[in-house]
Amino acid sequence: MYEFSRGPLVWIAFAVFFGGGLYRIISTIMKAKKDKVVWPYMRWKYSLRSIFHWIVPFGSKNMRMRPAFTIFSFAFHICLLCVPLFTLGHILLIEESWGIGWWTLPGGLSTLMTFIVVLGGILFGLRRIADPTVRLVTSAGDFVLLCIVLAPFITGLLASFQAFDYQTIIILHMWSGAIWLCIVPFTRIVHMIMFPLTRGYMGCEFGFVRSARDW
Amino acid sequence: MSQEIEPVADLGLDEAIKKLTPEQIEKTVNAVLDNECAARLQVYMDTCVRCGLCAEACHTYLSRDKDPNFAPVSKVRNTIWELVKRKGKVDAAFVRKMAVTAFTECGACRRCSMYCPFGIDIAYEIMTVRRICAKLGVVPQYLQDTTNSHSATNNQMWVQQDEWIDTLQWQEEEALGEIPTARIPLEKEGAEIMYSVIAPEPKILAQLIGNIAIIMRVAGLDWTMPATDGWDNSNMAMYSGDFEIMSRVERLHWETAARLKVKKIVMGECGHAFRGAVYDGPRYLGWQFPPIKMVHAIEFYYDLISSGRIKIKEKFKEKVTLQDPCNTVRGRGLGDKLRYVINATCEDFVEMTPNQEHNYCCAAGGGIINCGPPWKRDRMISNRVKAEQIAGTGADIVITPCHNCHSGIEDIIGHYKLGKHVKFISEILMQTMEIPDELRG
Repeated sequence: MYEFSRGPLVWIAFAVFFGGGLYRIISTIMKAKKDKVVWPYMRWKYSLRSIFHWIVPFGSKNMRMRPAFTIFSFAFHICLLCVPLFTLGHILLIEESWGIGWWTLPGGLSTLMTFIVVLGGILFGLRRIADPTVRLVTSAGDFVLLCIVLAPFITGLLASFQAFDYQTIIILHMWSGAIWLCIVPFTRIVHMIMFPLTRGYMGCEFGFVRSARDW
Repeated sequence: MSQEIEPVADLGLDEAIKKLTPEQIEKTVNAVLDNECAARLQVYMDTCVRCGLCAEACHTYLSRDKDPNFAPVSKVRNTIWELVKRKGKVDAAFVRKMAVTAFTECGACRRCSMYCPFGIDIAYEIMTVRRICAKLGVVPQYLQDTTNSHSATNNQMWVQQDEWIDTLQWQEEEALGEIPTARIPLEKEGAEIMYSVIAPEPKILAQLIGNIAIIMRVAGLDWTMPATDGWDNSNMAMYSGDFEIMSRVERLHWETAARLKVKKIVMGECGHAFRGAVYDGPRYLGWQFPPIKMVHAIEFYYDLISSGRIKIKEKFKEKVTLQDPCNTVRGRGLGDKLRYVINATCEDFVEMTPNQEHNYCCAAGGGIINCGPPWKRDRMISNRVKAEQIAGTGADIVITPCHNCHSGIEDIIGHYKLGKHVKFISEILMQTMEIPDELRG
């Protein structure tokens, strides 16, 4: 089981993640080209300008209107992206397999950031219940998705603290991570791939076509 | 689903849904979803993370005590998401409810797109709902009447050609009282400017046409107006979802300018007309951009004042505030030029908060006010924030270069007893502009 999780499973997950992600990007661009009112108005300058304002904390008015949410949302997303890419354990495995490695997070910081992801996820979940508007548009699937998103981080924490049976936890960690990667292109987590496209398009509709700001 | 306080009776909805069959609904919904929605709708539906960050952007949501049913995301959830999910298998009562949401609770002002982290064009999704409603014949009666008028007369208010010409000649006479050489030149081929208006101007606000004759004369401009159909730049078919008639109206407007061989079209103080003429119309006709330059009144007055073609004799004294219209400020970035004009003509100008692109919608544009008297009460309830915003300025006068904003805010002032007045820029100009003695004759 460990050997499978350590080997083929990783390849399957990467293949689905990158293949599916690429498919989503290409198919969206193809459809956008067919949609005569999208493609002809796309300009790099205005796309990037809009993306920049929405990727920088407090770069848009909506972010400034709710500072606490902005800080927790950015902390969640930054930690969520950084932890898997820069955790020592991950990089060691990659180095062992492919002979390449890169900078890693100090152990303590890595743990702290993982806690932030888990805490952030729980807060997102509570917000889905507490905020009447979000509750109205939330379905059971949103909570399932949140659990899938948090699973690799929770199992990762357990593994790092050597809690329960290490071998079982690490296999659960690998599987939850693989499921995480596999569902990105096909669930609402696709927003991590779509963000530059939708934002970039609106940036052009506002900036290039209408000479106005959209942040 | 959206909560009406007491259901509003509207023949355009109530009678129309009686004729619908489930098969017809399903077929129509899927025809629009399959043939008219390319990448955007699907991408927007997949990408929306249901975060609810769009809610605070919406005047309807804010004015109705943050009732979650009126948040932009809820409006699409209750309408287009259901249509997609159920593949058009919805009943007539659902169609009525989605029509109420799409036509009376959203003005397609696009403020929510500025608050969505993904820039999802929620107004586009709502317009798709309107499109489906239009194809099913379920459109508020008053709004449908304006579309019928566009179809029959090429203008929004059933103005006949003889009435049109007669009104222009009457207003020319009015202008003559001020400046003996003022003219409204009809059908002047090769003029620099074709001036176009929305049909409510000849119908109920004719003095605005007299005003422009005086402004044009003072500025010494070479201009004309068409004597034929094609003079109306308004387009309610764009908002009723009848895009075929929408494009016909726009094409005639552009063809009329082409026939008169003018260099540019200057239009009066209207927002949606600008949107229809410059964006929606050309795109539906397959043009990337309009074939002839179109200048909105804000930009036109800015050019006249900044170039010194018209001079301000004495600034307007009363305290004024400004309503930024969605279609020319968020929709064209004319906010700074608008402020230049206001500051050049008014002594005491105070901003609303929020302002510029972030201003709240008037809740009249986007076809809402055209849904007519049956929906006025709901329209007033849906824009309490605007009343609070105006009251907060302490101004006596609200200036707005948009007919829909103008009428909507007049209603709000009346309903909430704010005791203020609404003016167009041209009315301010008429009071403040210098008319040289040699022109007075």
